[in-house]
Amino acid sequence: MLSRRHLLSLTGSAAAMGLLPVRLALADAPTDARFVLAIQRGAMDGLHAVPPYGDPNYAALRGTLALSDKAGLDGVLDLDGRFGLHPKLTELKAWYDQGELLVVHAVATPYRERSHFDGQDLLENGTIQPHAGDSGWLNRTIGLMGPTAGDQRLGLALGEDVPLALRGKVKVASWAPANLPAAAPDFLNLVSAMYAKQPQLGDTLRQAISADAMADQAMGANAGMVPLRPNNAARILAEAGGKLLAQDNGPRIAVLELQGWDTHTNQGLGANGRMAQALQQMNDAFAALKSGLGAAWSKTVVMTATEFGRTARPNGSGGTDHGTATALFLGGGAVAGKRVIANWPGLEFAQLYQNRDLAPTTDFRAVAKGVLAAHLALPQDALSNVVFPQSGQVRPMQELLRA
Amino acid sequence: MIPAAVIAANRFGLGARPGELAAIGSDPRGWLKAQISSANAIPASIAAQPGTEARLAELPPATMGADGQPQKDLIQAVLKLARDRYPVDAAAALDAAMTSQTSFVERLVAFWSNHFTVSALRPAVAGLIGPFQAEAIRPHLFGRFVDLLKAATLHPAMLLYLDNAVSFGPDSRAGQRRDKGLNENLARELMELHTLGVNGGYTQNDVRELAKILTGWTIHRPGQPERAIAAERGGAVFIPFIHEPGQKTLLGKTYGDAGQNEAEEVLEDLARHPSTARFIATKLARHFIADDPPSSAVATLAETFTKTDGDLAAVTTRLIDLDEAWGGDGKYRAPYDWVVAIFRAFGAGDNSGGDQKGHSAVQVLDHLGQRPFFAPSPAGWPDDAASWLAPESLLARIDYAQAVGKARAETDPMKIVDGTVGPAISAESRFSVEHAPSRPEAIALLLVSPEFLRR
Repeated sequence: MLSRRHLLSLTGSAAAMGLLPVRLALADAPTDARFVLAIQRGAMDGLHAVPPYGDPNYAALRGTLALSDKAGLDGVLDLDGRFGLHPKLTELKAWYDQGELLVVHAVATPYRERSHFDGQDLLENGTIQPHAGDSGWLNRTIGLMGPTAGDQRLGLALGEDVPLALRGKVKVASWAPANLPAAAPDFLNLVSAMYAKQPQLGDTLRQAISADAMADQAMGANAGMVPLRPNNAARILAEAGGKLLAQDNGPRIAVLELQGWDTHTNQGLGANGRMAQALQQMNDAFAALKSGLGAAWSKTVVMTATEFGRTARPNGSGGTDHGTATALFLGGGAVAGKRVIANWPGLEFAQLYQNRDLAPTTDFRAVAKGVLAAHLALPQDALSNVVFPQSGQVRPMQELLRA
Repeated sequence: MIPAAVIAANRFGLGARPGELAAIGSDPRGWLKAQISSANAIPASIAAQPGTEARLAELPPATMGADGQPQKDLIQAVLKLARDRYPVDAAAALDAAMTSQTSFVERLVAFWSNHFTVSALRPAVAGLIGPFQAEAIRPHLFGRFVDLLKAATLHPAMLLYLDNAVSFGPDSRAGQRRDKGLNENLARELMELHTLGVNGGYTQNDVRELAKILTGWTIHRPGQPERAIAAERGGAVFIPFIHEPGQKTLLGKTYGDAGQNEAEEVLEDLARHPSTARFIATKLARHFIADDPPSSAVATLAETFTKTDGDLAAVTTRLIDLDEAWGGDGKYRAPYDWVVAIFRAFGAGDNSGGDQKGHSAVQVLDHLGQRPFFAPSPAGWPDDAASWLAPESLLARIDYAQAVGKARAETDPMKIVDGTVGPAISAESRFSVEHAPSRPEAIALLLVSPEFLRR
């Protein structure tokens, strides 16, 4: 089967009409920095992913979910004697050892209820309440990054749909492997003509064609024809995302979605269970992302984000219920890593939030603002009023990235 | 103005089949209301499938391993059930949707199944979703909401999906003996997603109390000692020694220590709560009118819901009579709507498609990002254009449309136009179809025209 790219090169007419960006704009992007937001949908248990195994209350509190301080299938990968990584996070451990991973613990957004859907909405809209607007903080970030030349779109959603974090005024691209034989360019031309008076459909189609051409340029004819399944989707999308971000004239900001975190049952320990599975998928996806990025890894920051954490104690069925604070990963060549930053709240009964959850001591927005300020050179007032409205009192964390 | 017959067939129904617009004729509201009062026979493709109890009866006896987890043979049997039954059930559901003469009913099955989502993303549930829809959803479409709520909440598929099957009263005999306790999952989603809505006025403490009330409801497995079972309900059972004893207080009301009756009583109260009326009314209006539905329509539906004590026939009738539902430019079709409408447009089942048509629709939907029965979360599939109209997904639809065009090269494109969107087609779309260089391209253009992409 011919990929779209081959068909494009055979077809002069559409390009001549200016419809298809056979040659993408080569002008400089406004920045060389790459930023990937990995949204962990379903609420990641931070005490499981980044066990505070040096805390004297850890083992008793976590009970059957406590990882061992001894090496082994259920043993933590030590970070700094206080905190460790879950044993499935071998790639992240390697980043840490190379100074490319920083962990922030006891983090939460301003949201204090326990609905997944409201929590995710607020996490992505960047305000202090759910459903407060229909644009995402990353879309507003892109809007502040300055003009781009030609058809370059700085934002990229990995998957068929665009998550709220990337929705808004600025047009973004999305990419997913095509599983159906690609429609011919001449036909796309006919569709585009039919959409002449339909700005929304017309714009969406132009974005799609542009992202598709970019994908072919980045990945060759191998792009596509891979059915996405829960166990491989993140890895496939992450690798493609890395390759697209690596392009000189490619996107700079991408969102990757990671699933499987809502571990109400069968959470497991180190080797087995739903948490091991979700962490393994994340670990593999991040390895694929780094490999796809190639040399651009040195200019990259990957940040994880989840709507909230989970109960500090196991629930009645080998899992955890919805909680509050959690852990956050910052990875990439641009990160000043090999550190765990935590204003640690403690795990004694009275130290838990509402006597049940890890208490939040760091605002998610402080981390995000710190990254955006240092990595994308966004000014303070824009961060406090546009990207995260009404966040003036939330000070950006300093020195997260390499100088 | 979109003609009313076109709206009846596409916005309320699942897309016009050949001749359907003519059959609807000048009485679109009557055509829809007739579907409410008809007997609603279960479609043959679905009636042919075994029910929940028969499926559960084939599982090995309920035994627990030393670690308190179900033993391997049970897990393997459940996964085998999923592997064997999912493809058949999903294809049967699609087959029913594309061939139905009462597609408003089929849309409501999809709507309520999405409201009470059970997703095959949990493999243990995948083999029970077909029966869930047949047993918990279909019989109650035009009954009382409380009966629908009870049937859905206490169905084995839901008890498994939202983990109530493994929730133990911490002070129950089983909880004490095995050191097991509550799981909040079903309690929270039951209030947030199925009844009150997230701002419906409940607290974290209410979630805990409701979780206690629901303990004891689990699935019936062969080998469970009969004397342990106090009540049975279509493959679900109530087991007193798992149930949390004592009084519970939910939303300010105290419920006595009443075993299996506690859940029933609470579900009746939740069904009657004003927040529930408003929440259900909003979802219906969003599905049938607009992503941002007019508040007048929501208020009217909520009022009918409350006044009739959740009589869904009355609520559905009121929905049909809402003027707002017959205006505007409607909704962007989700992939399910769009693919089913395509199959219906070509009269699937009359002289084409054969036994494989359900399976091929399932496959296409997988490629288009809406794999049947695989909703991404308990909140179900999204119901707004912002979630479905994205660059990559539009391109995937265009790819599929071109493939359909090639496969239907013998069909007269204008006949499909007249049979589906009819006079609602815009001048630009009509021009594009009429002047397409070939028949396959003309058909494909119609399928991705703005009018066919909406309902």
